[in-house]
Amino acid sequence: MLNKLTYIFLLLLIMINGCADNKSSVTVIDFWAMGAEGEYVQKLVPAFEKLNPGIKVKVQMVPWTAAQEKLITAFASNNLPDAFQLGNTWIPQFSAIGAIDKLDGLIETSKIVIKENYFDGIWETNVLNGYVYGVPWYIDTRLLYYRSDILKKVGYETPPKTWEELFDVSKKIKENFGKQEKYPIYLPTNEFAPFVIFGLQNKATILKDNDSYGNFSQKEFVDAFKYAMSFYEHNLTPLGISQVTNIYQAFRDEYITMYISGPWNIKEFQKWMTGVYADSWNTAPLPSPDDTYPGLSLAGGASLVVSKNSKNKEKSWRFIEYLSQKETQLEFYNLSSDLPAVKSLWEEPLFKENKYMSAFYQQFQRVVPTPKVPEWEQIAFWKIQQYAELTSRKVLSVEDAMKKLDAEVNNILEKRRWLLAKGKNQ
Amino acid sequence: MKKLDLNKENIRSAVIFLSPALLSIFIFFFIPVVAAFIISFTDFDIYSIGDYANISFIGVRNYSRLFQDVLFWTSLKNTFYFVVLAGPLSVAVSLFAAILLNSKLVKFKGLFRLSYFIPVVTTLVAVAIVWRFIYHPKFGILNFALSFIGINPIDWLGDPNWAMPAIVIMAVWKNFGYNMIIFLAGLQNIPSHLYEAAIMEGANSWQQFKSITLPMLAPTTLFVSLITMIGFFQLFAEPYIMTQGGPMNSTLSIVQYMYQEGFRWWNIGYSASIAFALFFIIFIGTIIQFKLRKDE
Repeated sequence: MLNKLTYIFLLLLIMINGCADNKSSVTVIDFWAMGAEGEYVQKLVPAFEKLNPGIKVKVQMVPWTAAQEKLITAFASNNLPDAFQLGNTWIPQFSAIGAIDKLDGLIETSKIVIKENYFDGIWETNVLNGYVYGVPWYIDTRLLYYRSDILKKVGYETPPKTWEELFDVSKKIKENFGKQEKYPIYLPTNEFAPFVIFGLQNKATILKDNDSYGNFSQKEFVDAFKYAMSFYEHNLTPLGISQVTNIYQAFRDEYITMYISGPWNIKEFQKWMTGVYADSWNTAPLPSPDDTYPGLSLAGGASLVVSKNSKNKEKSWRFIEYLSQKETQLEFYNLSSDLPAVKSLWEEPLFKENKYMSAFYQQFQRVVPTPKVPEWEQIAFWKIQQYAELTSRKVLSVEDAMKKLDAEVNNILEKRRWLLAKGKNQ
Repeated sequence: MKKLDLNKENIRSAVIFLSPALLSIFIFFFIPVVAAFIISFTDFDIYSIGDYANISFIGVRNYSRLFQDVLFWTSLKNTFYFVVLAGPLSVAVSLFAAILLNSKLVKFKGLFRLSYFIPVVTTLVAVAIVWRFIYHPKFGILNFALSFIGINPIDWLGDPNWAMPAIVIMAVWKNFGYNMIIFLAGLQNIPSHLYEAAIMEGANSWQQFKSITLPMLAPTTLFVSLITMIGFFQLFAEPYIMTQGGPMNSTLSIVQYMYQEGFRWWNIGYSASIAFALFFIIFIGTIIQFKLRKDE
């Protein structure tokens, strides 16, 4: 017994000693990244450590599904890493709870992170009340994936550029397939993005009065929602989400011809669309309700943020700068296929000559953020989807659904109004 | 049996031996429960995580909001629907399977016992993926099988009327093995001379089942149905993975609603009040079941 205790004691001593040794010579930065990115970023660390002998970066991978929960609980227990990756729609939440720091001072003196190097809409997602809280790391947006062979068959040599054309091509595709159970477009109600995008394209403001009330029953949004629902009314999109278990297979089998989605699907589509299918699909910017092609889309992606309680902000910033360099961004793209945030990289042949990328480049010029309130996820993933489903199944009319949606959203935003009244949120 | 000697010495050693368990129960169970109860009277939400000054006591407002919350009632209705449908079905199926396995005529008992029990220990995520294929409206094997008896394809997980029955079927299949093992143990404890006497009196197998097996199994059945009811009231993982509560919230369970409010949207105060509503319901259910037993 005593022997064991002595061993444990000795072991502890060695461990403590080891930690102490480490601390005296170099600073260790904790960095969290999500999912596969966490794996890829590790490959970029050695080069950084070589350039900065005094800094060691410890990367921890956090699975995407548990990321938000893990980050918020880590914040509550004061265990956040020095710097981490954050989905850019999460920035309002994490700045509201005071978990992440303003970066304006650091950006001001930086030669690498400069606002002009980024797409406007993407940069905007990181700005709250005039302060910058994150640096875009990699970016995404949603655009149109389409089967060029089927579009050609119905007389569309180029993808639809307006809402009218999108609807028209859908009807023609449906006619072309006749009685077969095939659909021109896939607009599942468990993806809020297309519904919000249509609204934004139609110049709707999603929330009003300093983002403290829902604004879904305004005419612009109602009209856009009606447009989206017209695809359901004319049986141009499958009702319910259980028909499509594998979107890639459905796309290959012509079960669906068009799908509004993001860059994360390029690789998957490439994997499925091989052989005779390889040249029968492409990407295109989103159609627009008027002649302002391309139509708006959402500014998505992930940002790099610095924890407010970090003791190594300067050194963490150096790592963020390193990840934001053109060369590192390119390397990261080669590893992960995540689209780089740095605009100048898009001028390189790697992107310019890529068949699927030019549409993304065009689309990134026309992206806007979703409302920047901590409650947005709840509004989008829970309420908008819920009412999209109810309307698609004709349980509610669009007008009624939007009124109810407003009422629910107003409930959700109650605390925000209270805080605004208190003047605390600013 | 020797009577327990409750002198000071004994009590002290009992306390010492129990203290680690009691302490951990106190820290990891009692304190959180009390804290959650207090939180259920506040508007604790995402803003409060950053700054405790943003918490205010709002009395019973969370609870009164529950009464007006359509989704709460929907989730409550769904949960009851599930419990009422799946509870008795699960108990019946596991009793049936236990009796079959207990029969002297069955060969390879170990194999059957194992194969009935495997779903219980299989990861739910894996099970759910397989079942999603089984339920697929176009390619699913279930609709394929039904087509032989002339039943048109059912969109099991996509139709609001069929989604919950689909979850019930899967949940019963997944869970009956556990209860079956308990029933088997109960069956093996019934002395065989009872059956021998009954056979001498000329009782047929249904009469044997009704007059011997069922009454002798009564304590086991109570235990099994209690455990099943409590477990099924906490329905979460099956719909969470299979349908995410849809379509049209037809499979949204009360625990899933609580989880979403609490850990997706961080409305922790409101979520805590849902938890206590659920606790109250299970508590009443348990009392009713005990009462029913006593009256018999």
